[in-house]
Amino acid sequence: MLKVAGKQEENPEFATLFFNSSLIFKPGQFIMLWIPEVDEKPYTLSSVSDKKFGITIEAKGIFSKKAISLKKDDLVGIRGPFGNGFTLPKPGDSIAIVAGGCGLAPLAPLLDRINHDRVSITCIHGARSKDYLLFKDRFKFERYFCTDDGSLGHKGFVTDLLKEKIADGNTFNKVYTCGPEIMMHKVFEICEKHNIHCQVSLERYMRCGFGLCGACVCGKEVVCKDGPVFGSEKLRDMEDFNKTALLKSGKEVALDDYFAWRHP
Amino acid sequence: MSIQFLDTTLKNTTVLASGILGNNKDILERVYNNGCALVTMKSIGPEPRDGHNNPTVIDLGHGIINAVGLPTPGYTNMEKEWKDLETRDFPLSASIYGGSVEEYARVAEFVSKQKPDMIEVNISCPNSEKHGMTFGVHAKSAHEVVSAVKKVTNVPLIAKLTPQALNIAEIAKACEDAGADAICAINTVGPGMVIDIESGMPVLDFKKGGLSGPMIKPVAIRCVYDIYKAVKIPIIGLGGISTGEDAIEMIMAGATLTGIGSAVKTRGINVFGLVTKEMTRWLDRHNSTIDSIRGAAH
Ligand SMILES: Cc1cc2nc3c(=O)[nH]c(=O)nc-3n(C[C@H](O)[C@H](O)[C@H](O)COP(=O)(O)OP(=O)(O)OC[C@H]3O[C@@H](n4cnc5c(N)ncnc54)[C@H](O)[C@@H]3O)c2cc1C
Ligand SMILES: Cc1cc2nc3c(=O)[nH]c(=O)nc-3n(C[C@H](O)[C@H](O)[C@H](O)COP(=O)(O)O)c2cc1C
Repeated sequence: MLKVAGKQEENPEFATLFFNSSLIFKPGQFIMLWIPEVDEKPYTLSSVSDKKFGITIEAKGIFSKKAISLKKDDLVGIRGPFGNGFTLPKPGDSIAIVAGGCGLAPLAPLLDRINHDRVSITCIHGARSKDYLLFKDRFKFERYFCTDDGSLGHKGFVTDLLKEKIADGNTFNKVYTCGPEIMMHKVFEICEKHNIHCQVSLERYMRCGFGLCGACVCGKEVVCKDGPVFGSEKLRDMEDFNKTALLKSGKEVALDDYFAWRHP
Repeated sequence: MSIQFLDTTLKNTTVLASGILGNNKDILERVYNNGCALVTMKSIGPEPRDGHNNPTVIDLGHGIINAVGLPTPGYTNMEKEWKDLETRDFPLSASIYGGSVEEYARVAEFVSKQKPDMIEVNISCPNSEKHGMTFGVHAKSAHEVVSAVKKVTNVPLIAKLTPQALNIAEIAKACEDAGADAICAINTVGPGMVIDIESGMPVLDFKKGGLSGPMIKPVAIRCVYDIYKAVKIPIIGLGGISTGEDAIEMIMAGATLTGIGSAVKTRGINVFGLVTKEMTRWLDRHNSTIDSIRGAAH
């Protein structure tokens, strides 16, 4: 068990919880957060330094609302880190980061780790409105924003901006994306069309976190162990990507029904 | 190392335990392609059931404690999975459970129409209030369940037993008398409990859970040893196997096949291929065969 060491309220519905403990991890990996007598759910690491790590949570249902209302010194359980994480860019790469909403959380430590002198980065971040954009002051480099209501940056989708950047002559060789699955699928399609390698981070209902119970299987891939990050070569064969997911019972349903699921 | 088991030819002795990965055809096929001879589906029940809230599966280092709680879409809500499985080219065992003798029979009748190569009757799960294990601790109820299932299907039947029975050999004999074609032993041990001493809370949401992995191997070996003495039908020995040497030990206790569950965590999906290779190496080094060491401990 760990004590919550601090909390940063990012906006009315997002908060980052910090813990004083060192974790050896790769950007894109996740932990299982246990709030005793409530539940246990997966969250990607959104910041990691020598003796401290953080997870950023969007308030959605019962569990995540409880999580963002945790206070300093509250005790929670942390298992992990689990999963594969992103494959980091190499010196000389030109990459685009495409994040929707809380999807910036797993991509933020990737941005921290990259040597910005050696890798050219275009970062596109979208949200409902300007209040919901994450980590506005965390990064020094230029970012491209878009909002559903036009309150900041481009009014519309992150995929519009990605297409625009490509049309402007940017030759990306890697795209990293996290956000709603339909958005990631669109990003993947754009990448396929332009022959760019793409990495997406998937969400499925999870139990063990270490590839044993099979709750999170997506076709033949075990999302908690083989993923949550999948590259273009696997996505091409993944029939369930942007189509279906398993509910807690193991029943396979359309993705819309999966994301419409609410804790009874 | 080809083995004949209940009318099916298997490429080696390894079996994927029920409740491990087996949630769709693609993953079952991947396990088969990683060296597993017989794959078992996650236990299928009569009604949709979510199972318990997390935490449900915790790694204790020397094994696993779990209270997943028998989640199931329910046997009638699996059209796509059954359809996908029609075109499989690997041996399949379908695990089933119920909350009453009548439910076991109902699920078995439906499932047998989907043509699995065998049906495993789970009368041994400790993680539900009213399903499973209650039927596996008494010879009379075990006999009732297996007889009822046998009446509605021609698919070969495996009875999966719990080590919680006072006399597991007696339960195995009752299942054999009721028409079981094989025994699978063991399901998880317990239930046990693990308490987090910082919060003073049990680590599982359901509080109690079944134990598996290396820490239960001696119990599994003893159970298979006792069952081998009591029945003539073949045994799938399961519980704590992670290496070829573990599997050899299980066969010496009397098992024909060797099931693997928790070791998928420690050694990965290719544990089946690894275990088979290690068994072959051991047998070669000892100038032995599977048939010659089966039951050697007796
Ligand atoms: C690898 C991974 C990393 C994640 N990282 C983050 C992160 O960094 N930040 C973040 O805010 N969230 C993250 N999530 C999502 C998070 O785990 C929770 O699903 C989310 O916080 C909503 O939980 P809730 O219980 O509050 O909402 P609920 O209303 O209970 O559920 C919201 C949605 O989550 C899914 N879901 C949750 N529980 C179940 C269930 N029992 N059965 C089926 N579907 C279910 C469904 O799609 C549901 O619509 C991640 C998920 C995964 C798999
Ligand atoms: C996460 C998990 C889920 C399980 N689910 C089932 C199940 O649905 N049906 C069943 O008969 N056994 C189930 N079991 C028990 C295993 O099939 C097996 O009997 C037990 O784990 C012992 O084998 P092992 O030590 O190799 O893991 C489960 C075990 C684990 C760890």
